[in-house]
Amino acid sequence: MSPRLIFTAFWTIVVKEIRRFTRIWVQTLLPPAITMTLYFIIFGNLIGSRIGEMGGFDYMQYIAPGLIMMSVITNSYGNVVSSFFGTKFQRNIEELLVAPVPNWVILAGYVTGGAARGLGVGIIVTALSLFFTNLHISHIWITLSTVILTAIVFSLGGFINAVYANSFDDIAIIPTFVLTPLTYLGGVFYSISLLPAFWQGVSQLNPILYMVNSFRYGILGVSDINIGFAFAMIIMFIVVLGSYAMHLLNTGKGIRS
Amino acid sequence: MTPALKIEGLRKTYKNGFEALKGISLDVQEGDFFALLGPNGAGKSTTLGIVSSLVNKSSGEVKVFGYDLDTEKALAKMQLGVVPQEFNFNAFEKVQDIVVTQAGYYGIGRKQALERSETYLKKLGLWEKRNVAARQLSGGMKRRLMIARALVHEPRLLILDEPTAGVDIELRRSMWQFLREINAQGTTIILTTHYLEEAESLCRNIAIIDKGHIVENTNMKSLLQRLNIETFIFDLAEDVTELPELPGYSLRLTDAHTLEVDVDKQKGLNQVFSGLTEQGIHVLSMRNKSNRLEELFVSLVENSLDKEGAA
Repeated sequence: MSPRLIFTAFWTIVVKEIRRFTRIWVQTLLPPAITMTLYFIIFGNLIGSRIGEMGGFDYMQYIAPGLIMMSVITNSYGNVVSSFFGTKFQRNIEELLVAPVPNWVILAGYVTGGAARGLGVGIIVTALSLFFTNLHISHIWITLSTVILTAIVFSLGGFINAVYANSFDDIAIIPTFVLTPLTYLGGVFYSISLLPAFWQGVSQLNPILYMVNSFRYGILGVSDINIGFAFAMIIMFIVVLGSYAMHLLNTGKGIRS
Repeated sequence: MTPALKIEGLRKTYKNGFEALKGISLDVQEGDFFALLGPNGAGKSTTLGIVSSLVNKSSGEVKVFGYDLDTEKALAKMQLGVVPQEFNFNAFEKVQDIVVTQAGYYGIGRKQALERSETYLKKLGLWEKRNVAARQLSGGMKRRLMIARALVHEPRLLILDEPTAGVDIELRRSMWQFLREINAQGTTIILTTHYLEEAESLCRNIAIIDKGHIVENTNMKSLLQRLNIETFIFDLAEDVTELPELPGYSLRLTDAHTLEVDVDKQKGLNQVFSGLTEQGIHVLSMRNKSNRLEELFVSLVENSLDKEGAA
């Protein structure tokens, strides 16, 4: 296929994905807006006012970047895992498999669709956060690149989960038992400097810690970890997950008999 | 001339050890209307699944208009349109969106995709339903939607896996007419069906597959010529109490005014009519007792079973 045909196929997948999550906006865009508003009210306003400062900022300001990142992570992942599994479940994955769409374009299309929802929800949550606190972005490019790369990482994760999933239960297990705990323990609500040295070390095994801190550095200018290292980790996750997702597509795992 | 589809030594063994295809070879010429028949589990859908890139082959070679499915995958896929056996579209998408999206997968820009979707949805009587979610369509409409979707990139080879399953007679006839038209315009068609009348009516060439082997691959005419005896049913004008005698023919009375006659193709029907007329029996109408292809199909599949049993 020529580059123009490939781009048309890629853009078709992206538009289809965006059309899907905007068509069901009550399930995709509204819930994170409500949940994050509750986080801001309960953790930020009610409890946060008693906590005082964290990392040199009032608690609401400190958790806002983490909450934005949390919504980006869960929505990027959730979009691809549910959309690609639904495509498998309804067998309309066959529409793509019979067509001359290269596997990398299929992956890129779904990941871009997932990132689009993650970033869209991120913008909504950022706008909501401005009702509760002031956010001044310290490093715009670090902020944008972190949020985009993170959305890509979790879209890839959602894709791999969907390839292996055989039932709707299978697409709920990872978000519930892996993603949510890692997000909560990834420095969204606290600085890992508050933890004993051992648990600080354990926390550094959590990939979400690097993303949350990198994003927080972009907005507030403070981080628990080295930003260069954080970026290297995020890019490594993209390479590893992307390569594995391509391997699954090339072998037809879960989609070809 | 390069065949529209060339299959050589195609084998498929599933992970559970089931050997669905045992080295089949098949050529379908450009412009043909070709039937691939076989009982359930014979390997029809596996064959078409491999050609459509939905099933991984174990070994063998598949070429679509000369393009190798292994080494020139994109070019091979561009030539192919596939109408699967089961509905496989997003039931929540609108009818026109499904067709336009499929065009996009083939690199067709949105403007052209919209034009083509209008053309094919109109041809298949779905234009009025273009803004309806696919789940709201009737079964027949869903089948036609899958045909429109398969044609939107204007493939040279159209594969239909039981396209008229569950479709009422009127709609089936109109779909046959539509398929004849696109075949006449140059699209090669490969069809699987359980309605042998459908294959007999539409197809010029035929392959019968059973237990992973091609047991017959010939043209429809010569296949049907192999049937030496046909059974005809005569509806009689008056009741008959005694079985008439016609030397050289086997006759049965199923009731007082219905006569079944086995006719050898070498003898023809003239002697039957003259013999009955001589005996004062008047025939009101006549019809074939059963589908001829069906008889042949059953005998070929039974032979294949016998051979397997003997081996």
